[in-house]
Amino acid sequence: MANKILVFLEQRNGEVKKASLQAYKAAEQLAGFFGSEVEAVTIGSEINGLENVGAFGIKKVTFFKNEQLANYSSSAYSKILTNFAKETGADGFVFSNTSMGKDLAPRVAVGLDAGIAMDAIAFEKEGDSVVVTRPVYAGKALVDVVIKSQNKVFTVRPNVFDAGEAGEGQAEVDVREAGDVDLSVKVTELKTSEGKLDVAEADIIVSGGRGLKGPENFKMLEELADLLGGAVGASRAAVDAGWRPHEDQVGQTGKTVSPNLYIAVAISGAIQHLAGMRSSKYIVAINTDKDAPIFQVADYGIVADAFEVVPALIEEVKKIKS
Amino acid sequence: MKIAVCVSHVPDTATRIKVGDDGKTIDQTGVTYVVNPYDEFAIEEALKTKEALGGEVVAISLGGDQNKETIRKALAMGVDSGVLLKDDSQRDSLSVAKALAEEIKAQGAEIVFFGKQSVDYDNSIVGQLTAELLGYNSVTVAVSLKIEGDKVVAEREIEGGKEVVETTLPVVITAQKGLNEPRYASLKGIMAAKRKTIEEKPAAEFESKVEVIRMKKPPEKAPGKIVGTDASAAAELVRLLREEAKVI
Ligand SMILES: Cc1cc2nc3c(=O)[nH]c(=O)nc-3n(C[C@H](O)[C@H](O)[C@H](O)COP(=O)(O)OP(=O)(O)OC[C@H]3O[C@@H](n4cnc5c(N)ncnc54)[C@H](O)[C@@H]3O)c2cc1C
Ligand SMILES: Nc1ncnc2c1ncn2[C@@H]1O[C@H](COP(=O)(O)O)[C@@H](O)[C@H]1O
Repeated sequence: MANKILVFLEQRNGEVKKASLQAYKAAEQLAGFFGSEVEAVTIGSEINGLENVGAFGIKKVTFFKNEQLANYSSSAYSKILTNFAKETGADGFVFSNTSMGKDLAPRVAVGLDAGIAMDAIAFEKEGDSVVVTRPVYAGKALVDVVIKSQNKVFTVRPNVFDAGEAGEGQAEVDVREAGDVDLSVKVTELKTSEGKLDVAEADIIVSGGRGLKGPENFKMLEELADLLGGAVGASRAAVDAGWRPHEDQVGQTGKTVSPNLYIAVAISGAIQHLAGMRSSKYIVAINTDKDAPIFQVADYGIVADAFEVVPALIEEVKKIKS
Repeated sequence: MKIAVCVSHVPDTATRIKVGDDGKTIDQTGVTYVVNPYDEFAIEEALKTKEALGGEVVAISLGGDQNKETIRKALAMGVDSGVLLKDDSQRDSLSVAKALAEEIKAQGAEIVFFGKQSVDYDNSIVGQLTAELLGYNSVTVAVSLKIEGDKVVAEREIEGGKEVVETTLPVVITAQKGLNEPRYASLKGIMAAKRKTIEEKPAAEFESKVEVIRMKKPPEKAPGKIVGTDASAAAELVRLLREEAKVI
């Protein structure tokens, strides 16, 4: 049985990601099955209020600190984490299935000669084994897998495990100077759209498709998304038309998202679009065509013209927000 | 310069997926296979790299005989030769990577391209695993790439933007959409591909650490509610989202 499970807390610009807190909750569940301890580990230069992760139940976090580690480095981060797992005798490691987690987890798995299961959406105990459920074929099917090796690495899909409400409590932070870092691969620049919330991280997404007829009509989606504190996404048709940047695309060749609320406006719901958003908690569809496939996955639908419905929604949301 | 590109052979993304009789894999009836879409970007980048730096490109695929179709497609696009590492079993990603790493080493390839993800099992890990096994530097989910001498500069897509990554050869790159526009195989290319060789050999055996115990359909969603058929439904929708779903 497992001894210890480590959870990697991911930070960018000195902020711990929400997805990492969710990964911690997933790790607690695994630890319950395996009868092991859980602790967290993070890497960076400065991290704001790291002890506050204690509010989400994290008791201990080891912080490998070095000025040169503010940005991600696959070579440095993977070596630090692999060595730390070996040092602490950890035989489980949990990451979030984010761009950093996906890059890092397999490297650590090789370092630990561990079996690895990516993008977990559920864990279950069956007899002596822990079964990991993960989507395959773009969510058109699920597989249950078992990792047979002693060492195990997992990544968990963001927004599936609930991080819970912040409570009381501070984590014990063990700051370690990370010396001698391997920067053979290093990030020299971060090009982020200032202040723009990424669809992959948003709790609410308002997405638009070809039925919006032009880029100017995304303004109303932006207004609605702003009011709800969400991000604007797009179908491939809208991206290919040059109306929206590729980074906003949801679907098979775009991002996989699972927000609490996904509002699909004038999107037909082609299978490749559904691939990216069908695991959203609540789906709303606004479409003039009552037979559009998007209605088959929608919890709530309005069969009407988006140019009338969206402005009306904006007004209604303004009412409840005021 | 020897350049390798690893390619997988996957069901077309429009395919309807049904669980097969074994309860572990998909029902193959009526399923058409294609080159993994992300691997087309990888093949294109391998060809562009060869055009810039000179050298030779080899396409490697691990799988059954049917994977030769995907290798052929790569050859038709302009890849010089192909290797099929034969294996009809269901092995896990780590043992796929181990066999690929051995072949890449044997080929002496110093620049290796992968797709960012196979659209069958959607793991997104074989590139990273192989890089780590080979001890190569690597950049995943690349949307731009420049190689000059020993130096590699690439941009990778992350949440809300991009990272500019610097490293050196030898390197593994995994390709994301946006890296390039894959070329079409010309008729000449298709004819030329018929004369190129595909070397076949058994894939090196490694134990799988991860086992699929069952495949299942995603839970059916209860049919949704049509809230209305005109803009006046907006108020009711907002109420439902607030009081029933509790998401706003
Ligand atoms: C390999 C591959 C990968 C792909 N990857 C993706 C992907 O990542 N993401 C993706 O989205 N697609 C992807 N696609 C494309 C996908 O198949 C569809 O073509 C695309 O999703 C369609 O976009 P759409 O719904 O915006 O456009 P359409 O299918 O044209 O739908 C427009 C919808 O708008 C409705 N409409 C029109 N006017 C109004 C109005 N005034 N008010 C309300 N509704 C209106 C129409 O009824 C219609 O349902 C991929 C395809 C392939 C082959
Ligand atoms: N059986 C295989 N043979 C050759 N290359 C593969 C194979 N499986 C995966 N790959 C490569 O690894 C990438 C990522 O695949 P995956 O980790 O399975 O999502 C693919 O885009 C391919 O480039």
